[in-house]
Order: sequence, then C-alpha cells, then structure tokens
Amino acid sequence: MRRAAAAVLCAILLVATAAPWIASNPPDLPFGDRAFAPPMRVHLHDTDGWHAPFVYRQRLVNRIDRTYVEDHTARVPLRWWTNGRLVSIDPGAGPLLWCGADALGRDLCARLVYGARLSLGVAVLGACGALLLGALLGAVAGSSGGRLDTLITTVADFVLVLPIVYLVIVLRATRPLVISPAEAFWLMTILFAFVAWPDVARGVRSIVATERTRDYAAAVRALGAGRWRVMTHLLPAAYGFLRIEFVLLIPALLAAESTLSFVGFGFGGATPSWGGLLKDGEALTAMYAAPWLLLPAAALFVVVLALQTVAGARAGVAGSVVDTTAPRR
Amino acid sequence: MIHATAAHVLRRFVAALLVVLSVSTAAFVLARLAPGDETTTDVMEGVDPKAIADTRDRLGLDRPFPVQLAQFTWDLLRLDLGESAKFDRPVAALVAERGANTARLAFVALLLATLIGLPLGVVTGAYSGTWVSRLVSTASIAVLACPPLVAVLVLLYIATTTAWISVAPGDLLVPALALGLPVGAALERLQSQATHDAMASLDLLAAAARGIPSHRLVWVHAARQSLRPVLGVYGIVIGSLFSGSIAVEFATSWPGLGRLMLDAVQYGDVRLVAGCVFAAGVCLAVGNLVADTLRSVVDPRVRDLS
Repeated sequence: MRRAAAAVLCAILLVATAAPWIASNPPDLPFGDRAFAPPMRVHLHDTDGWHAPFVYRQRLVNRIDRTYVEDHTARVPLRWWTNGRLVSIDPGAGPLLWCGADALGRDLCARLVYGARLSLGVAVLGACGALLLGALLGAVAGSSGGRLDTLITTVADFVLVLPIVYLVIVLRATRPLVISPAEAFWLMTILFAFVAWPDVARGVRSIVATERTRDYAAAVRALGAGRWRVMTHLLPAAYGFLRIEFVLLIPALLAAESTLSFVGFGFGGATPSWGGLLKDGEALTAMYAAPWLLLPAAALFVVVLALQTVAGARAGVAGSVVDTTAPRR
Repeated sequence: MIHATAAHVLRRFVAALLVVLSVSTAAFVLARLAPGDETTTDVMEGVDPKAIADTRDRLGLDRPFPVQLAQFTWDLLRLDLGESAKFDRPVAALVAERGANTARLAFVALLLATLIGLPLGVVTGAYSGTWVSRLVSTASIAVLACPPLVAVLVLLYIATTTAWISVAPGDLLVPALALGLPVGAALERLQSQATHDAMASLDLLAAAARGIPSHRLVWVHAARQSLRPVLGVYGIVIGSLFSGSIAVEFATSWPGLGRLMLDAVQYGDVRLVAGCVFAAGVCLAVGNLVADTLRSVVDPRVRDLS
C-alpha cells in the first residue's frame, strides 16, 4: 500500500512539473462555445470496428441549457507528441477537453494540472519552511535549556493557542485582495511556515532535550564542542520525527491553501489553484449541471490519502487531527 | 485533588485571557494596516462626501493611529468591542450571535463524531479481522483523507443530486456532517488503536481469566482504559473543528463566525475584524479549557506536570 501511494505521489509530482507538456490547452484560454462542456470520452471502437484511440468532436446543441452531443460523423484521432504536447487533436476539431470545461469554457484538465503546481508548491514549501524553522528553534531550545528554552517554548505555546485561521485571514488581508499569483504564492508559503513551526519545534525540543542527557552528548561536550557543534550531534535523533511531520504537514497545508483560496483570500480569481477552482464548482446549480467542476476535490482527496498512507496508518490518524490551530500537550 | 485541578484551571484561564486580549489587539493593528477602511466601499459607490466625512468622524478615522489604538485597547479592557460600521450594530451582539451559531455547529459536529466514531472504534479495535471491521476501517481511512472543504462539497453534491439530505438554508445536517465526519473517522481510528492496545494488556487477560464475559471486557474494561488516549485529543479536535468550519460555513451559507469574519475583512470593518478574532479566541480557549479539565480529571499526570 505504501509503495502504491508513493508511486501515486510521484506521478502527481511529475504531472505537475511537466504541466506545459501534459496540458492539452493553455489554462487561461477561454473557448467561447465550450462553456460547461462535459469531459470528452476516449473511444476505441465504432461501427467500422476497432481503431487507435480517438474522440468525437463536441457540438453545442442548446446554448441555454448548455447541452452538448458527440458528433459521430467523423473520428478525431489522438496525436502523440505534436507541437510539444503529450496528447492533442487536430485544432480544427476544437479543443481537447479531458475533464470538461468551466463556466468560461476553459480547459479544466489544464487548470487542474497547472493548479497542482501552485497548491502542492505552497504546501510543500510551507512544510519545508515550518520544518526548518521548527527544527532549528526546537533544537536550540532543547540543547541549550535555561532562559532561551523557556522563551522559545512560551512563544510556541502562544502560537499554538491562537485562532490561527482567523489571523491568517487578517494577515492575508493586509495585502490587496487581487495580487499576482507569485506574490500570493510566497505570502501563503511564509504565512504557513510561520503558523506551523511550533508543532515541529515542540517535538524536536523534547527529543533533543532527552538526547542531551545521553552519554554521547556528554562525550561531545567533554571533547570541547561548542553549543552548535553539540546541536548538530543531537539533531539527527529527530530525523524520524521530522520525516513523519513533513509528510503530515503537507495535507494540513494543502487543506489550508484550498480553504483560503476557496473563500477568496488565497490565490486570486483567475489563478488556477485547487481551492480557487473549487469556488467555480461550489454553486449548487453548477454542481448539478457540471459535476466535473468538483474534480479538484477529488485531486485533493487522492493526494491527502496517498500522503497519509505513506506516513503510515498510525501516524495518519494523529496527523489528521493534529492541526496547526490547536495546542498539543 | 480538587484544589490542584482548580489551580490548574485558574492558571490556564489567566493565560487564555492574556492570549485573547493580545491577539485581538494584534488583529486590530493588522486590519488597520490593510488597504482601505470602513468608508472605502462608500467612496466607490459614490456616497455623498458629506455623509462619508460624518462616518469618518463618528468612527474616529481621521485621528492619528496611536490614538485609535489607545481607544480600542481601552474599550477592549472594559470588554466593549465597539460598533460595526458595516452592520450598524454593536460588535459584541453581532459576534455573540454568530459565534453561538458556529459553536452550535461545532458542538453538533463533535457530538456526531463522538457518537459515530467511538462505538465503531471499539468494534474495529476489539473484533479486528471480521468483515464488518474491515469495511468500517476502510471507510474511515477514506473519510479521514477528506478535509472539511472536500467533505462539504461531496455532501452538497450528494444532496443536490439525490435529495436525500436537505440543504435548505439554516439546515444543520450538511454542515455538521461535513465538519463531523472527518473528525469521527479520526476518533474511530484512535479508539480502535486504543481498544486494541487495551485488549492486549495484561489486566484484561487477568479479567478474562476471572471469567468476565467478553462483551463486558470490551465495552467496560477495555473502554475505560482507552478513555485516556482518546480524551487527550479532544482539545486538538476542537481547534480543528474551528479551522474547518470556515470552509463549511462558506459553502453552506451557515451564518457563523467564519462568514462574519470574511465579510468584515472584505468591508474593512476593523472593529468587527478584531471582534471576530476576539470571539474565536474565546471559543477556542473555552474549548481547550473544557478539554483540558476533562483530561486532568481522567489523567492525574497532566495536573502534576504543569
């Protein structure tokens, strides 16, 4: 199971990295006559017998109800590796829409794939930041003890009891609502790192504080190692904890990013992050008429499930409840 | 023991009060730093400049920032949260009303999670290997991977396509399920592990040797042992309910604190923003206090350590 989950994660990362080659259309290009077009189906067989994979051209039959039919008069074969795209069709036959289109007729598949870059990027980098900050502060607190320890622990405890989501929204609001995707990306990454570090720091601190009393630590000190030197010897003991924490922080931050973008305080309107995309699918009418707009939710589910599987069953439970908003005691 | 518990609770109460006061002040400062203020929408809508000047005067927007901050802090210390510029109502009343809605949602969600999660956890923990517990475990692993945002959208989708659940505004079921099910799944997994560990312990073996019937072993002896690890996470769960409720409130139009907060930030209603953060801080602190008290009653080590 863990192997399979890891493979799924690798595949998703690969797709996100190779987005420009994977996506069949640009993510922001609206196709005017394809609003709410359903996902295209791949066929292998028609009345003439078996063929290489092909699709049918979509035809809009009712502009008000937005109903589409497949045009069965001609097969449109899939082309591999043309114009730098993995899969494409003859442009004359209209856009290739694997996952359907949104209200403006933009390719949802392309938006999902590009959105993975933003959503996963924020979550992974935010987790890295929190881990670095938490490991450093936790190690300093645990290995030095005394006032510095009390200071760091108090700050961590303080951050842990804050109503974090509310504060993140206030902090996000200090910037204009519409900001560039790059700015939103870094703003969220830094915010997440700053709200998630205390959990990491507490764990590292308690591990390092225990290690400090061991004989090898005394030996290092006796050999004349300074504070930093001792710390580099103690920190490896926390590797296992940090690894699990990293895998569990990503789903938490992924959920945080999608929630923020969903309520309009993350990536701005046209930017395709997973939470932002879900905003399009949220309206009940859209949900009824175009359920494929909920695919980003499925993507979130798959990634979170895979990460929890990789982290291990027991850790997964702890991680899903361990939220950056609450104290751990 | 009573005395020690009381001292522990009192210490936590003072700390929580300090946190709430300082964080509301920070929210006030940050919200003032944000571009625009209470009159920005009026200006954009072309409201009469005279009226805008009146509003600015009434809200004290033209006074220097330190003066505004001092006024706010003084009001806060007297527990006066001021007036909301957007809703023309006292912030305290508004926040109490919406905060009560969020608290109700969170409470029902927690109740659902507990009622569903704990019994199922006992079943999967005690009778692992049967098809029932395999089914339940698989389902709860799947539900566990649904953040509240995903859960609420899936439930809304089920509701709109099948009409099994009502999504009329003000209906509690969908938001409470969306918020409670993932927590219930987490509780199920935890209770399952705790029950499993308890069943393997030596005193359960001794109890079984005394001839105590197996259902009593599972539901009384093992359940009592598993109480401690499970109750331990309730404080954390309350926090996660709070952060998850924003997405749920937004998607289901539940008139809670999260929605109020989003409105307040959008309209640059600084007093209301600070009031929402204040209320959220209070709710979280109360939740944590309750969870902590429960824990220190169940587990004496918590008292002795702090």
